[in-house]
Amino acid sequence: MDASEPGLDPGAVPAEGAIAAEVREEFPELRLLWLSAPAVTGRSPRGVRERLRGMSDRFRGSHAVTMRQAPVPWAYRVFYRHIGLDPDADRTPVEAAALTRLIKGAFKSEGILDDALLIALMETGVPIWALDADRAAPPLEIRSSGDGERLGRTDEVLPLPAGRLVVADREGPLAVLFGDLAPGHGVTKRTRRMILFSIQVAGVPTIHVEEALHGCLDVLAAA
Amino acid sequence: MGASTSLPPPDGAADRWLRVGGAGRIAEVEEALLEPAGQSLKPLLPSVPRTVEVEVDERAARRSLREQIGKLERELSQAFVAAYPRDGIEWSVPSQAGPRILSLGELERVRDGLALRLRTVRGDLTERARCEEENRRLVERMMLDPGRHKFVRVSREDIGERGCGGWHVRPRLGIIGMMMGWWQVKLSSGCPLST
Repeated sequence: MDASEPGLDPGAVPAEGAIAAEVREEFPELRLLWLSAPAVTGRSPRGVRERLRGMSDRFRGSHAVTMRQAPVPWAYRVFYRHIGLDPDADRTPVEAAALTRLIKGAFKSEGILDDALLIALMETGVPIWALDADRAAPPLEIRSSGDGERLGRTDEVLPLPAGRLVVADREGPLAVLFGDLAPGHGVTKRTRRMILFSIQVAGVPTIHVEEALHGCLDVLAAA
Repeated sequence: MGASTSLPPPDGAADRWLRVGGAGRIAEVEEALLEPAGQSLKPLLPSVPRTVEVEVDERAARRSLREQIGKLERELSQAFVAAYPRDGIEWSVPSQAGPRILSLGELERVRDGLALRLRTVRGDLTERARCEEENRRLVERMMLDPGRHKFVRVSREDIGERGCGGWHVRPRLGIIGMMMGWWQVKLSSGCPLST
């Protein structure tokens, strides 16, 4: 299916985002996969909440400790080092979720979309982010930010430092790579369509990324 | 210097050369020497050192550094798992204000930081393992001869285990045991809520 085609299709084929030449030269295995889907928001149904509970019960402290040795979380840790982040300070998404689980004692339901993203993350180790499709101008791209560029469309945020790696659309940066989404570009109750995107790094098999996106759509479709 | 430059320059070029003088004024020298028409003065120019700009492709070096970083990260992860449940070990390696594409020097700093952290962690773990082994032997000696280890206490943490229990040499029957020399090792399983 084309990424911009309407309808929530769990079998949708994700589109491949562009990688700027200077980024591709350094990280030839970096990929950005994204797809568009109708927005699903609101409270999670009982089935999803039970799935989260089951995940919480199966997830132990030993998983959290040994997680960084598993191939996919390790690949993201290494990529963090390569782009100048310290994964012990700025946690990778899967490690952040694991830490939250240990602190809160469970994977707490935060709404259907967040739950779907969390389930996909914990089952594959691959992070997914959701953007408001009406406020984005795909195709998406990973590139370095230019001088004076701001995150999002508002002038209220400070300009990004030049050279910051971002996920951008045709009009500008929408998210810092592995960081915050631009203010006002997240999915809200008023969002009609959303863009789900994921970042594949060296050492992460493509099937994991596709599985994460499809798993997320599965959860949303069941809601 | 070649034979051509040792010959006297024709048509007063030498005068001009001497008048201009100074090795750093190459452009002026060239201008002075080339000015007279009719003769090729090129061979008379002294050999002029020029800066040659060579483009060094650092990509291979950066790729190699990234591989080293990956390997060090794997070893640090192994050390992290091996260190559990010991706490108080610093694992962080300073970031380089990312996310961005790092230069060769910055990648080197990350690599060196990881290597240093790994060495420090391994040193810490070795030292702790030595202390824990000594404490385990102490527990054995306490069990064999409590009377020679009066009131000695060893916690589970001291031997690298989880929990807040431990071994404590105490007199049997309180002060009577203390006077009679009846010493025993009390084993505490710790607080059930601590785990």
